[in-house]
Amino acid sequence: MWIYDKKLQYPVRVSKCDPRMAKFLMEQYGGADGELAAALRYLNQRYSIPDKVIGLLTDIGTEEFAHLEMIATMVYKLTKDATPQQLEEAGLGAHFANHDGALFYENAAGVPWTASYIAAKGDPLADLYEDIAAEEKARATYQWLIDMTDDVDLQDGLKFLREREIIHALRFREAVEIIKEKREEKTYY
Amino acid sequence: MEDNQVREWHPFIGPFDPCPPVRVKTYVVPPNQFITFQPMNLPQFSPAEALRLGTLWPSLYSNYTSKRRGEVVTDE
Repeated sequence: MWIYDKKLQYPVRVSKCDPRMAKFLMEQYGGADGELAAALRYLNQRYSIPDKVIGLLTDIGTEEFAHLEMIATMVYKLTKDATPQQLEEAGLGAHFANHDGALFYENAAGVPWTASYIAAKGDPLADLYEDIAAEEKARATYQWLIDMTDDVDLQDGLKFLREREIIHALRFREAVEIIKEKREEKTYY
Repeated sequence: MEDNQVREWHPFIGPFDPCPPVRVKTYVVPPNQFITFQPMNLPQFSPAEALRLGTLWPSLYSNYTSKRRGEVVTDE
């Protein structure tokens, strides 16, 4: 069960009318290393992973949905007042033909999201390393997105999201250490 | 072969689970997990043994026994 807080995890400000950037941000909405893939990947792995790290997957998977909302807000703000002509000039003509102004889970190139973006191997080490790789890839994507815009307010939101990827990668690496621990060996801090 | 590579954990058993519960589940933690950069001059298998096992170094070897027919993964 989830409890919903009707606010964003971090405020989203977009101060430049730039529908072109919306297209690029879609990579983090419906892309292979995007927030939807992240949330679904972690929340799905929870069932078969050793119980010591289930809570971590729940927490991070939930936070990814909060990030998904932030990306959605950015994309929506950048496209909601654009004319069909502007969308077409931004490379979103094909998107407009299918979806009008609606958001859709597809990447920056318009490829729809697919479950093959995520993995569940059932082996705790394989799954956690998949998660670490996903966080690092998302961090890199945020860097390229920050490089692509000169809107400092949009950059601010993206920089927050990038930092969260770094923290999540560390938490998953801590989970690997927990998984590696021998049961009989008690660790004292 | 080397120290135990198999970890055990005890999944939650619900009071209304439909199937007989598996109380202990296992996973393997192979030795690569503990080596960040392989040290020089580790002890080696004989060449013939190494070709068969897939590694030249006993400290990198991970045995895996089939879990089929209720067998449990052991490290010998």
